[in-house]
Amino acid sequence: MASILFLLFSALTVLCAVGVVVNKNAVNAAGCLLLCLVGVAGLFVQLDAYLLAFILLLVYAGAVVALFLFIIMLLGVQGRQSFGFSGITTFAGLMAFALLLTGLGTIAFKGHLDAPRLNRLAAEGANLKSYAQQLFTTYLLPVQIIGFLLLIAMLGVIVLSKKHATEEPAK
Amino acid sequence: MFDFYFEIPLVIRLFLQGLAVIMVIFPIAGACSMAERKVAAWIQDRPGPNRAVVPWVAWIPFLGTFLQRLGIFHVMADGGKMLFKEDSLPGHVNKFYFVLAPIVAMIPALTTVVVVPFGAYLDAAGKIIPIGLAPLDIGILAVFAVSSLGVYSMILAGWASNSKYPFLGSVRASAQLISYELSMALSVLPIFLWVNAPGMEATMGFGRVVEFQSQPGFFGGMWFGFLMPLSAFIFLVALFAETNRQPFDTVESESDLVGSFHTEYGAFKWGLFFVAEYSHMIVGSGVFMLLFGGGWNPLPWVPLADLVGWLTQITPLASHPLFVGVLSISIFLGKVLAMIFFFMWVRWTLPRFRYDQVMKIGWQRLLPLSIANLLFYAIAIAFIQK
Repeated sequence: MASILFLLFSALTVLCAVGVVVNKNAVNAAGCLLLCLVGVAGLFVQLDAYLLAFILLLVYAGAVVALFLFIIMLLGVQGRQSFGFSGITTFAGLMAFALLLTGLGTIAFKGHLDAPRLNRLAAEGANLKSYAQQLFTTYLLPVQIIGFLLLIAMLGVIVLSKKHATEEPAK
Repeated sequence: MFDFYFEIPLVIRLFLQGLAVIMVIFPIAGACSMAERKVAAWIQDRPGPNRAVVPWVAWIPFLGTFLQRLGIFHVMADGGKMLFKEDSLPGHVNKFYFVLAPIVAMIPALTTVVVVPFGAYLDAAGKIIPIGLAPLDIGILAVFAVSSLGVYSMILAGWASNSKYPFLGSVRASAQLISYELSMALSVLPIFLWVNAPGMEATMGFGRVVEFQSQPGFFGGMWFGFLMPLSAFIFLVALFAETNRQPFDTVESESDLVGSFHTEYGAFKWGLFFVAEYSHMIVGSGVFMLLFGGGWNPLPWVPLADLVGWLTQITPLASHPLFVGVLSISIFLGKVLAMIFFFMWVRWTLPRFRYDQVMKIGWQRLLPLSIANLLFYAIAIAFIQK
C-alpha cells in the first residue's frame, strides 16, 4: 500500500514538474506546479512529516501559486509569447544544468544516506514539539538568516513599488 | 449492539463515515441558500418565498400551510430547477477549466470537514472523546491549508469565462483571500500558545482547545471568545472576508460586477459554487465555535460533562455514549446554525466595502492589529504559565 502510494505521488510530482517546464500556456503551467506541490505534500505525509506537508500546501499551493496566477492574469499572458534563447540565457541554463548534474552525480556515486539518521528524521518531523525544539536549537541560525533574507526582500519590494511624489508619473 | 459495524474493513468504514458527513453538510448548505432568502425577507419586513408546496402536504390542515409559509419546498423546487435546467456552455470559454472550476470549488469546501471535530462522547472513565472524521494533530493548520485552495475555483472560473466581469472578480478574489489569510492565521495563534502549556504534548488540534474551555473555575470555564475578544474579532472579520460574505462581498458584488466569477455559469454548475460557499461558511462557523465559542459545551461555565451529569440524575440513559454523542452534535450544530444566521444578519446590516477599503482594512488595520494582539498574548501567557 505504502509503496503504491509512493509511486503514485512521485509519478504525479515528476510528471507535473515536467509539465510546468513544457507547457506553453502559462495557466496550464501554474496548474501543473500546483499539482506538483500537492504531490510533494503527499510524499511528506508518507514520511510522517504532516506539519511540513500542510505548511507546503498553505504557503506555496495556497498563496504563492495563487499569486502566480494573479500575475499571469494581470499581465494577460496567453501563451503566445515564447521566450527565445539569447546568449546569456543559454549560458545560464547550461550552467544550472551542469550544477544539477554535478549534484546528482555526487549523490549517486560519492554520497551515502545514513539510514538510522533517516529514521530519526521522520520521527522528528512527526512530532510538533521536537520539530519546534529543533528549529529553536540546532537550526536557530539558518532560521534567523532566512528570516533576515526575507525581511530584506520585503523591504526591497516596498522600496521598488513605492511611488515617490517628486517622480514623474509612469507612461 | 453496533459490533457488526466495527467488523467492516477500515477503508469502507471511513468511506461510509465521510459519506455520512457529506450527506449532512450538503443538504444544510442547500437549505442555507433558502434560509438566506427567508432571513433577508424577515429583516426587510416582507413575507419572502412562501408559495411552493407539494400538493398532498397542502392538504394537511395547519402544518401544511405552516410549512408552505416557511418556504421549505422552495429548496426542492430550486434544486430540481437547477438539475433539469439546460446546462449551457458558452462558446467563448476555455471548456476544460470552465468545467473544472465548480469541481475545484467543492473539493476543498468538503475536505476541510475531515479535521473538524463536531461532537464528543464520554468514555467509561468519564473522559471526553471528540467525534470527528480524522482528529489530526495539526487540525487548524490543515483547515487553513485546504481551505486556502478554494481560491483556485474563483481564479479558474474567472479566467476560463474569458469575459471582463468574471475576470475582474477573480483578480479581486485572489488578492482578497491572500490578504486576509495572514490576519486569520495570526489571530488564532494566542489560543494555541495558551493551550500548549509547558510540559504538555504539543498539538494544534481542536480537541485540546475545547478541553481548555471546559475546565472548572471562573477562567477555566471561560470561552476563548471572552478571554481573547480581539482574537475572536479579527478571526471573525477575516472569516467574513475569506468566505466572500458581505460586507467583504467585493468578489461577487452584483451591482458592479454582475455576478463576478460565476456570471457565465448556469444550472447545476452555478449551484455548486453556492453549495461550496455555504460549506465554507459552515466549516468556518464550526471552527469559530470550536476556537472561541466553547465547541460542544452548552453554555459558558457549563461544560458538556456537567450537563450530562445533571441529565443522568433524571434518567440513567443520559450517560449512554450514543445519547451524549447526539446531544453534543446537536449543541454544536445549533451553534453553527446560529453563527450562519449571524452571517446573514450582518449581510443586511453593514453596507459593502469598496475594493480599496477592503485592501486597506486587511493590510493597514487588521494585520498590524493581529500582530500586536499576538505579541500581547505571547508576553501575557509567558508570565502566567511561567
